[in-house]
Amino acid sequence: MTQVAYTIKLGKLDSLTDTPTHYCAGCEHGTLTRLIAAAMDGLGIREKTVMIDSVGCSVLAFNYLNCDHVVAAHGRAPAVATGLKRVHPELMVFTVQGDGDAASIGLLELIYAAKRSTPITVFLVNNAIYGMTGGQMAPTTLEGQVTTTTPFGRDVHLTGTELDASKLLATLDGAAYVKRASLAVQEISTQRGKVYTIKNLLDAKKSVENAFKVQALGGFAFVELLSTCSINWKMPVLDAKRFVNDRVVKKFPLGLYKDTFGVERQ
Amino acid sequence: MGGKRVYLKGNEALAYGALEAGLNAYFGYPITPSSEVPETLAKEFGNKKYPEFKFFLQAASELEAINMTLGAASGGARAMTATSSPGFSLKQEGLSYAACMEIPLLVVDICRAGPGLGNLGPEQSDYFQGTKGGGHGNYRLIVLAPATVQEMALLPRIGFDLAFKYRNPVLILGDAFTGQLKEDVEFPEVTPEHYDVSGWAATGAKGRSPHIFNSLELDYQKWFKHIGKIYEKYQRAQENDVRFEEYRTEDAETVIIAFGIASRIAKGAVNKLRSKGVKVGLFRPITLWPFPQSQLKMLASQGKRFLVIELNTGQMLEDVKLAVGDGATVGFIGKWGGVVPTETEIENKLRRLEVVAV
Repeated sequence: MTQVAYTIKLGKLDSLTDTPTHYCAGCEHGTLTRLIAAAMDGLGIREKTVMIDSVGCSVLAFNYLNCDHVVAAHGRAPAVATGLKRVHPELMVFTVQGDGDAASIGLLELIYAAKRSTPITVFLVNNAIYGMTGGQMAPTTLEGQVTTTTPFGRDVHLTGTELDASKLLATLDGAAYVKRASLAVQEISTQRGKVYTIKNLLDAKKSVENAFKVQALGGFAFVELLSTCSINWKMPVLDAKRFVNDRVVKKFPLGLYKDTFGVERQ
Repeated sequence: MGGKRVYLKGNEALAYGALEAGLNAYFGYPITPSSEVPETLAKEFGNKKYPEFKFFLQAASELEAINMTLGAASGGARAMTATSSPGFSLKQEGLSYAACMEIPLLVVDICRAGPGLGNLGPEQSDYFQGTKGGGHGNYRLIVLAPATVQEMALLPRIGFDLAFKYRNPVLILGDAFTGQLKEDVEFPEVTPEHYDVSGWAATGAKGRSPHIFNSLELDYQKWFKHIGKIYEKYQRAQENDVRFEEYRTEDAETVIIAFGIASRIAKGAVNKLRSKGVKVGLFRPITLWPFPQSQLKMLASQGKRFLVIELNTGQMLEDVKLAVGDGATVGFIGKWGGVVPTETEIENKLRRLEVVAV
């Protein structure tokens, strides 16, 4: 196998505060926070960006991202973002939602924001579970997956199958950019043994940047990011990463679902 | 509209009143009997007469509408949403967050007869929900109750002034009558007030530290302080911004207490009874919260009797009793389900009041 060396630029970002994050070990929320900060720095938009903090593990982001913040009620972030963006079109308005927030209690808000081509950016962290509330079934929980409210595994005859937000939004005329990426590092075998590739992360990084670019072009941008929740999945961190790369991606295939402005080609 | 006299429905007057007050954004979901508010604003959206009116949107739900209003208001905009009772129930979530995060916005409830779907008749049965918080947690709305179409036109301006003064949501609580009634209205020649939002609005952290609207604090002591600060603000409102109208109360032996459309009927009864030599007056709270508690206490200390008239089963009645104390005689006429009392009913009740108290 060809070995590719990737470098990640470490160091201080203007868009990140010095506050240590509260995220659990192995959680990718911190990774996403950094990718967003890097995009804000890279695109030079920090001073005109407002984050709408949604309810879930992402809600404390106001401690980490050095920009204006408005905390929204559970599921309502796209509505709050719409209100702000429509009176301040010069701002970059984005939110990070969890799967429960965006695909369950806030599905209407998400669909209508996309349907109306609202120029905002939505990042959805899909970890297939309610993390902050302690591991209950999410709309994205896999068939058979054990959670605290599906102790014998998710019964899709009772609860329906996994909700695919990317596929759903891609059917809407109003959505300009729909992408599913992954934040879970991937294990690969090499001649020197097993190593972890951050290829996924680089794709996620590009997607995050693109999602802001699409907003700047006036479009609704949505990036779903597959993530782990090793604490609530009750798995060691590396097993959880493996679970995403082996199992979750089968149900939620990575890829570009829609790109009206062709930003991925640029 | 400024300086002009026009013949308008209450809801239309309210919409124009909001535009005259410099409305920037409206988000709403249609519901009878308040739909003329979004209909009027939709018609005027884009009119060069209202350059400040930047955005109008019919939302997909009441929840979307109140949260969009909150979002726009967090950016310092004058944002408004209007609804009617069942919709007002759905707005409570957003109002709790807005009060918590000190976001000034204007919400209108053209109350119909509830609970449930109820009917489209006038009621004042959202008094509790409006004045006691309505949503979860420790907070209040500043509540303004219009009695005339003229007041429907003037209260949006006062509402925005109070909302921005206290950084708190303000509710205009009307009813199906004040919303649907058509009367002559005069719009005063005024320019919208300038509110300085630079110290708190979410407009991008350029050359300053971030503005954070936060409704989550896991440190109990910090949260105790934050809610305490909001509570102090409410005390200031109680001291400084109580509004009411007194009509022929000076020598009155009995004072009718009524707000909104009920006060209009009461005023008619007062005039009728006065012509018969009965010493009766009217006290009309305009701010339902802060409630004119000390003013009523003062009237009670003068030995006056009271008759509370409401289009509900007795909601403001509780606040009146609390204000006037156990010693005072308080009668009550309540009508609900869209039914309104007649002047004769008021007259008869008043005559019996000397012997019967509720």
